[in-house]
Amino acid sequence: MTTVDRGSGHIVTPLPFPRYAARELGDAQLRTNLRRATHTIRDKRLRVVGEVPEWEALRWAGAATKDDALARLPALLEQFEAAATARGATVHWARDATEASAIVTDLVRSTGTTEVVKVKSMVTQEIRLNETLAEAGIAAVETDLAELIVQLADDAPSHILVPAIHYNRGQIRDIFRARMAGVDPDLGDAPAALAEAARRHLRAKFLTAKVGISGANFAIAETGTLVVVESEGNGRMCLTLPETLISVVGIEKLLPRFADLDVFLQLLPRSSTGERMNPYTSLWTGVTPGDGPQNVHIVLLDNGRTATLADPHGREALRCIRCSACLNVCPVYERVGGHAYGSVYPGPIGAIISPQLAGQDAGFNRSLPYASTLCGACFDACPVRIDIPRILVHLRQSGVDAKRGRPSAERTAMRALSFLMRDRRRYAAALRAARRGAAPLRLGRRRDTLRRLPWPLSAWTTSRDAPLPPGETFREWWSRERA
Amino acid sequence: MRIALFITCVNDLMFPGTGRAVVRVLERLGHTVEFPAEQTCCGQMHANSGYRAEAMPLVRRFVDAFAGYDAVVGPSGSCVAMVRDSYPHLAEGDPGLAAAVSAVAPRTYELSELLVDVLGVTDVGARFPYRVTYHPTCHGLRMLRLGDRPLALLRAVGGIDLADLPGAAECCGFGGTFAVKNAGVSGAMLADKCAAIAATGAQYVAAVDNSCLAHIGGGLSRGAGGGARPIHYAEILASEGAQ
Repeated sequence: MTTVDRGSGHIVTPLPFPRYAARELGDAQLRTNLRRATHTIRDKRLRVVGEVPEWEALRWAGAATKDDALARLPALLEQFEAAATARGATVHWARDATEASAIVTDLVRSTGTTEVVKVKSMVTQEIRLNETLAEAGIAAVETDLAELIVQLADDAPSHILVPAIHYNRGQIRDIFRARMAGVDPDLGDAPAALAEAARRHLRAKFLTAKVGISGANFAIAETGTLVVVESEGNGRMCLTLPETLISVVGIEKLLPRFADLDVFLQLLPRSSTGERMNPYTSLWTGVTPGDGPQNVHIVLLDNGRTATLADPHGREALRCIRCSACLNVCPVYERVGGHAYGSVYPGPIGAIISPQLAGQDAGFNRSLPYASTLCGACFDACPVRIDIPRILVHLRQSGVDAKRGRPSAERTAMRALSFLMRDRRRYAAALRAARRGAAPLRLGRRRDTLRRLPWPLSAWTTSRDAPLPPGETFREWWSRERA
Repeated sequence: MRIALFITCVNDLMFPGTGRAVVRVLERLGHTVEFPAEQTCCGQMHANSGYRAEAMPLVRRFVDAFAGYDAVVGPSGSCVAMVRDSYPHLAEGDPGLAAAVSAVAPRTYELSELLVDVLGVTDVGARFPYRVTYHPTCHGLRMLRLGDRPLALLRAVGGIDLADLPGAAECCGFGGTFAVKNAGVSGAMLADKCAAIAATGAQYVAAVDNSCLAHIGGGLSRGAGGGARPIHYAEILASEGAQ
């Protein structure tokens, strides 16, 4: 048996989710910003999805196409490499974040430039590319407006699609005034004024950059084509103006045929921005002589994807097209935001892919599958039908199983409860004992709830009162009345 | 038709009135209800918290205890969803258990499914002259796909004044052990749910699951929710007048 490597990079949370969540919950401004933003996108998505009578069929088709690609990934990757190479691209293979970042850094260094422009890309954040480039003395300029805001603020993105969702426009104006070189000191907070300031700042970067760096939304095995879907046109600038273009592509981005885009270019914009079609869709296949970048590199990245694919109960997470619909409908994400997940992938999808890509033993990734009430809103919203609640439970189970043998108060309690409930007499006696134990608490009370319980039950009463059991269990009533 | 009541362990101990209400509704409609005494717990908390090995003996118990009935009815959306949606996954790789699950799980119903789909009833002859708002719990809404069934039953109740709950489809924040593992987030979700309940001016908030209602009720009893009280909808369906 070969061992499968887990991934590394910004997919390992350094603190348990509840610790981060407690910090974020205390930020009232964040809660207000998140609520407004997620509800706006949520409503837009519902409107445009509702316009498509065959939406459910599209979801099934998207899931089936992704499953097909994942089932024969090795062959498709070789087909992609051959097709892209034939059209003049150079294909590199990276096992993990470190390898991928090193490949990109060496490629940039060989051009002699010290500044690169970037298309918004999750995967380059996953591998911490900007940090590695910075160590090599190369500045990576994020050109997506929201990524630029986050980069200027020295902050981390908190949403897959809307990285600056945690800021309102007043906060963005303050960041621009403080950090953007040459900005109008009287800059206002009107969206058009903020966009204009960013446009002026970025235009100079686009026109001078020698190297562009991107990810890809899709990679077509049949033709060797890469696809970037975006809204602002900054991507198109980065993909066409520089002499050298380097694209980092997770191996799960493969689609077998060019015609498969038909389904995905319907699913993705409606699910992510709530638009019928996104403004800019760029497709390129290797090098076009005399037009666009003449040095085209593609870095195919594993970083835990093969390990994820090896788990039949968890692998459907690799269908993800990073639309972020699950974030926008998630009641937990809405309260705590993306930073609480400690990974570049937040929300419900992050809670299942970070622990799978990097492993549950990495950092506090084991806490992520518990960051959900299993309410199921994410599954309903997912355009490729990833059953996120089922995978969350699967990861909880494999996480618990991996720690068997080590003492744990929770396991002791779970074992004891399971033991009691395996036998009718033990179970009935336990119910009776619980009822009798609670009886004195009811004496002289008007209410049938308790405000405070001792540890460990105090974890319940920190957030709400606890009910008291009545004077008779159901089975006692049944045997008195009916048996 | 042999109907077995799946009381659920939470209802057995904490909310026996809900079980009595289910019995009353079905008997009023002329059915006989049996209570298989071997039943204990479906194992939902164990399985959903990651304790699969501890859940499995309870899965086996359940399918043994309820074998041979025409219908199994449980007044809990999440416990019924556990049996119907999760048992088949848990039984994978054990052909004997899988066969037992496939015999029992499809005949396990949440109360509204039994009443509306199997027995073809929406008016159960109840009377409940109060203002009520209905919270469709996540498992009822998105796993069992109960849809309009519980509301159809409630609309037929005499004297009831049903108020729409704003943001009804949003989770209340309970989530089983989530309520203690992530108590802060759970409490923030609960506060929003209680505010929505208060906005309806309802005297009662009804649902298909007492575990969600225990959590919501725990928020309401701290003064949120404008004086509304939690009630399992089976108790409304069993009611024949003022409480």
